[in-house]
Amino acid sequence: MRIVPFLVSATVTAGLVFTLNIQLKLGGTKAPRLGYFLSPQHGFWKNAEKVNTNFDASILANDLKGDVDVYMDDRLVPHIYADNDEDAYYVQGYLHAKYRLWQMDFQTRVAAGRLSEVAGADKLSIDRFFRRLGMVYGAEQTEAYINEKNPVMKATVDAYTAGVNAYLKQLAPEDVPFEYKLMNFEPESWTPKKTYLFLMFMSYDLTGRSASADLQLTNTRDYLGYDLFDQLYTNQQDSLDPIIPIGTTYAEPSIVPIKPLESDMVYLKKTQQVDIAKLVESPEAPDPNNGSNNWAVGGTMTKSGRPILASDPHLGLNLPSLWYEVQITTPTHSTYGASFPGSPAVIIGFNDSLAWGVTNAGRDVLDYYELKFKDTTQNEYWFNGNWKSVTKRVEVIKVKDSADVIENIAMSHYGPVMFDAYYQNSQSNGRNLAVKWTAHNASTGVETFYQLNRAKNIDDYSKAIQLWKCPGQNFVVATKTGDIAIKQQGDFVARWDRQGDFIMPGTDSAYDWQGIIPFQENPMILNPARGFVSSANQKSTDASYPYYLGTASSFPLYRGISVNQQLTGRTQVTAQDMQALQTNNYNVFAQQARPALMKFVEMNTLSTEAQRMVGMMTQWNLYNDPSEKGITIFKLIWDSVENAVWGDELAGALIPLTKPESFVLLEQMNRDSNYRVADDIRTKDKVESLKDQVRIGIEKATLKCLALEKENKLSWETFKATRVLHLTKIPVLSRLNLSIGGGTNIINATGENNGPSWRMVVHLTDEIEAYGLYPGGQSGNPGSPYYDSFINYWAAGKYYRLLFLPKEKLKQHERTKWHIQFKKSVA
Amino acid sequence: MKFILLIVLVALVTYAIGIYGNLPWWSFVVTNLIIAIALPIKPLQSFIAGALGVGALWAGLAFGIDLANNHILSTKVAQILPLGGSYIALIAVTALVGALLGGLASLTGSFVRKPE
Repeated sequence: MRIVPFLVSATVTAGLVFTLNIQLKLGGTKAPRLGYFLSPQHGFWKNAEKVNTNFDASILANDLKGDVDVYMDDRLVPHIYADNDEDAYYVQGYLHAKYRLWQMDFQTRVAAGRLSEVAGADKLSIDRFFRRLGMVYGAEQTEAYINEKNPVMKATVDAYTAGVNAYLKQLAPEDVPFEYKLMNFEPESWTPKKTYLFLMFMSYDLTGRSASADLQLTNTRDYLGYDLFDQLYTNQQDSLDPIIPIGTTYAEPSIVPIKPLESDMVYLKKTQQVDIAKLVESPEAPDPNNGSNNWAVGGTMTKSGRPILASDPHLGLNLPSLWYEVQITTPTHSTYGASFPGSPAVIIGFNDSLAWGVTNAGRDVLDYYELKFKDTTQNEYWFNGNWKSVTKRVEVIKVKDSADVIENIAMSHYGPVMFDAYYQNSQSNGRNLAVKWTAHNASTGVETFYQLNRAKNIDDYSKAIQLWKCPGQNFVVATKTGDIAIKQQGDFVARWDRQGDFIMPGTDSAYDWQGIIPFQENPMILNPARGFVSSANQKSTDASYPYYLGTASSFPLYRGISVNQQLTGRTQVTAQDMQALQTNNYNVFAQQARPALMKFVEMNTLSTEAQRMVGMMTQWNLYNDPSEKGITIFKLIWDSVENAVWGDELAGALIPLTKPESFVLLEQMNRDSNYRVADDIRTKDKVESLKDQVRIGIEKATLKCLALEKENKLSWETFKATRVLHLTKIPVLSRLNLSIGGGTNIINATGENNGPSWRMVVHLTDEIEAYGLYPGGQSGNPGSPYYDSFINYWAAGKYYRLLFLPKEKLKQHERTKWHIQFKKSVA
Repeated sequence: MKFILLIVLVALVTYAIGIYGNLPWWSFVVTNLIIAIALPIKPLQSFIAGALGVGALWAGLAFGIDLANNHILSTKVAQILPLGGSYIALIAVTALVGALLGGLASLTGSFVRKPE
């Protein structure tokens, strides 16, 4: 034996194995072990799916009660036919895992504050935020409640969980999803708690904006003083076209919330202007554009005489998509629609009797209470003239390659103390703040969908949504028998005017929530005379509704106006018309704002280039179509004028303050040309008028427009650059720069990374005629042709006809491609 | 002849051990070592046999997978790694890593016993 060469060679070999077996930092969360990653029998090559994969399979599953047949259509949508409900949810869980495992894992890790465990200390701030917000606490409340009180839901979620785990059990290590290999971590068993964590995340996504907005509004009010604040952040919306038509009368409220006597001074701080210390960053907040449209037109308006329902939830646009299409058919029901990987049942869809959809209610259900602790132990706080004790909740955050981080969260009677001596961000500004949030309460939200999946009529719909607590939604419904309705449902706080818009004192029960508005008093409209019902996140009612709805910034105005304008007076409507409406790019905000703005434009005071830009803007046809340049110019000019008008008021603050809503300036322009706020308070020797600010704004915007024009980036699609981002934000796993119009205030609400995440149109004819798609694909595997297969079609505003058929018909349908059999094995 | 047979043997054994996903991805390093000890040839030849055996196997597997996949995933991974989005470069890098390790393992083994 040649010892020296052997030792040298062995050392080099071992060293190379070692080097290729440790994580290679490619930035962010990407850190594959290169040797493993490249190995064709272990690494990413195993995820490169054959483009002509045959998805036929026969699966033995002992946990099933009977056999289940799944037929996959040409878009890889499973049609599940089971003998009983639990088996159907078992198979739904199995299929979610088969096609979306990593996404389910990753999303629930975010919700649970467990990202650092796999992605390292970089993600610690996100984990701490969600832990302290009480995400895990809320999921635990729901889990405990369902385990104890709701055997049917427990069985449902347990069956779903068993299905996910059955897939995991047979999953070979080399076949784990691509992202596990890229980020170097491993799948773990599913649990019912993960389903509840996922639903908590949806509550956060749709109501969690208050977690930052309440702080920002408080800081903004403190900076500006209440009077100026109330002008700039007014709750009055002149052009509001509410969900429930104006003029509807409401019953006397059963709860009359009493505003605390001294609240003008103590809470609104009308008389003082408080200086805020220097502040740095602000917390993660859900996109303010997380909204949606839904509507239903009654038989009087349609060509067929049957209702048509349309629903398109606007959420973050991600790959793998939040949604997964599925048909579930059992002896109790037959339902089709978009489901959440992570949860059983269909979330937005239809069955053989009715169709339903949701939009976000936007109501404020999360408040902060400022606590006064007795001492630094944070064991007692002052409440109603006594010291009240907290309990401590310990949350351990595991951190990859680092020591555990322990959060000792003080639990007050309001809820978790999110901000205290141990956790502060720029907006919390040193305060001790407890969070009170309806999502912390045990919820049987999953039962609402379970029942909607089986609902046969308006009564069933009503019973199903009565169970719904958080996040508050506008549930639209249309039935084959001709009923259409919409109801705003959730646990909504009976508030006095501006209660909870700002941080509230936590020392006095007078500021507590005084009740939850009873179900019967939540706004509802059934078969209205105008022939249709609709919602687009606007305020649900006019001011005659006896409860305070929340700050105007939570309720976008213009999409609702647009939908109602387009639907009013229509006849002979078809499903194709409703598709066209969902993808409609008309800009009703610009329709109002452009003439309002032009009143203040004096062309001869503008530079030649600015005149040309204003010219292009006025020639624009008011459609946010992909190739239009007028919309880009309009947007830049409008934003620039807003900055000119408001920038000075907000400029001195050391934290970014909330910008007033666009409607405030527009409605002010329409009301009164002598707008005091227009003056630039920084120029002491002169008083600027709106005309001055419009001119300044246009000139500034012109510079930006010229720069864009030079780079050939003035067209709306290039400027907006819509993208569907992979959850890790890795560009090559995402779809960037899509050619699609729309935007904020547009029915086709497609923004940069936010928009119609599932478009559905259902015509309630005897044999249901349904269309839909989402910007993604049924497979979560970036190595599959089904990963992003719907995106081009979606961007082009096209729809797929959804196959919703009984087993025997579907089996023989030309679009049915594969058959997966789940067999209960013979013991 | 022995040289050719060794290449084939290395490739076959590497493939066979690779089927067991629970074993580490570098298991072929051990099998190459054992083969090189059991059937010794000259060090340089042994290196080449090990490198060609594993390298050709990995190249072939990656090529076949990639072809059936229409380069969907390889084009993406070749931008993450970063290889300018070239699937050919990615297959080459894959083969190179396999070849280098396979060769080194066989080289190490060749120092244990003198060839007859």
